[in-house]
Amino acid sequence: MAIFAYIQDDINTDLLYPGKYTYLGTKPSDIKEHLLEDLDPTFKDRVKNGDIIIAGKNFGCGSSREQPNVGLKYVGIQAIIAKSFSRIFFRSATNQGLLLIELPAVVDAYKEGDFIEIDSKKGVVLLNNTQFNFPALPTEMQNILKAGGLLEYIKENLK
Amino acid sequence: MGETFVQKAFGNRIGKKLKVNEIVFLEPDYILTHDNTAAIIKKLDEVKSDIKVKYPDRLVIILDHVIPASSEKTALNHKEIREFVKKQGIKNFYDIGRGICHQVLPEEGFAKPAGIVVGSDSHTCTYGAFSCLGTGIDRTEAAGLWITGQTWFKVPESFKISLKGKFRKGVSAKDLILTIIGDLGADGANYVSVEFHGDSLQHLDIDSRMTIANMGVEMGAKFALFPPDDILKNHFKSRGWDFSIPVAWSDKDAEYSLIKEYELSEIVPCVSKPHAVDKYSSVKDLQGLFFEQYLIGTCTNGRISDIEVTSKILKGKKISANVRLLVLPASSEIYSEASRAGFLADLAEAGATILPPGCGPCLGAHQGVLAPGEKCLSTANRNFKGRMGCKDSEIYLASSETVAASALKGVLTDPREVL
Ligand code: SF4
Repeated sequence: MAIFAYIQDDINTDLLYPGKYTYLGTKPSDIKEHLLEDLDPTFKDRVKNGDIIIAGKNFGCGSSREQPNVGLKYVGIQAIIAKSFSRIFFRSATNQGLLLIELPAVVDAYKEGDFIEIDSKKGVVLLNNTQFNFPALPTEMQNILKAGGLLEYIKENLK
Repeated sequence: MGETFVQKAFGNRIGKKLKVNEIVFLEPDYILTHDNTAAIIKKLDEVKSDIKVKYPDRLVIILDHVIPASSEKTALNHKEIREFVKKQGIKNFYDIGRGICHQVLPEEGFAKPAGIVVGSDSHTCTYGAFSCLGTGIDRTEAAGLWITGQTWFKVPESFKISLKGKFRKGVSAKDLILTIIGDLGADGANYVSVEFHGDSLQHLDIDSRMTIANMGVEMGAKFALFPPDDILKNHFKSRGWDFSIPVAWSDKDAEYSLIKEYELSEIVPCVSKPHAVDKYSSVKDLQGLFFEQYLIGTCTNGRISDIEVTSKILKGKKISANVRLLVLPASSEIYSEASRAGFLADLAEAGATILPPGCGPCLGAHQGVLAPGEKCLSTANRNFKGRMGCKDSEIYLASSETVAASALKGVLTDPREVL
């Protein structure tokens, strides 16, 4: 499991998935080709299932485009830990079944080479040997996450 | 304790008083989608093939982002959307040429006081100019809303921004909102419903309010709201619409997590520097900076007042020989009004390139993409790295007055010098 640390604030949706591609590919595999292109062009080739992203505040600000979330879920990102998330991005990640954790203390304490483990059920992030708790999401969001995303949630409820 | 506007508007729908942070399920009045409708249609199929949209009359679909189609792929997207519209019997469909969604939706009367409009576009907050609770959602949530008609909302906390006095000559709403975002920061109003109050509102017309509300999301706001006052009432009357307000504006003793005041006469022409909207600078401090491209338009500043002031500055003159000026009226209504008034002819003669009513180069997909190393001075709302198609270019944001004056001189110019 690798940790991709982008410790900067205001990482926006254009950095995560440039606007010029928004009407081209919509399949997750197409999205992967340009994922984080202007932030870290090597990301798409290095990322593996279970990896974690760490970032500063206001992660995902800007457009309502969901390709960053769709792409990050597809490549298997386990969670994004940031100081804070922008509103539309937060909602959208949940809709894709992608776990976001707001924990400024972890971001501040993180150093290259550190080890991170996440227990989403207990709401705990373990950074090396230190435990950090994060608050439970509202029930509505938990239900969507549990189903694996909003459309899966709706599918279950249509039955 | 009194209530904020969002508490009242949400509470009125379910017939109870609401506390901040409470979660409610509501049915938005309208769900806006644009060129991204094509991708949302595919999501419907993922849930169930041949599924019917629950409330077809609540969908508003406007083609604006890449119009006319720039490639086979975007042409196919448009085609699929037109077929879907027919199949599902969607009456609120506006094909290419009608304009940018955030201009067209209010022109067609869908943004109403205390209404709820969600859109799979972040600048849906523009409708706050009409006291309408407009906010952005993603494509997946739009698909969910098409199927179920409802979604959850958290009752947000609110900020109160009080505006006093009047702008000085050459200063406008864009300078005010760039100043506010510079102060509060790109996440300064994250999740917040921002309300605008104060004596200045009587001088702020609908165009100005739309410019300000449009940029609410650039400081993270969920809503950016203006009151349902006489200016709004007269606007509705002038278009022959009914003006009814289901709930009153926020109470005097409502609770705000931040109260801030601005004196409009102290606002000066300013720009936002690359690559963040909250990087404020006065025009004076960067006077003389060279840009290859100038852009007047987008859902922030493509309205008739923007085109009028641009033509006032450029009429009978020529833009600097070394630069390009793109002008995009935000809708067909504005386009024809600007045409009838002679503004477009003035601008074409001054050397501007007039583009069709749509998003144009704003998101870097076509029509005016920048080359590496180039700089653009734009009236848009976003200057993120790569936003206009090239990550090695730079975007500065400013008012229409500043962009027009600067295109004339060929370098960043304080509009007060030419007005
Ligand atoms: S004009 Fe620009 S910001 Fe506005 S809707 Fe179009 S792409 Fe988005």
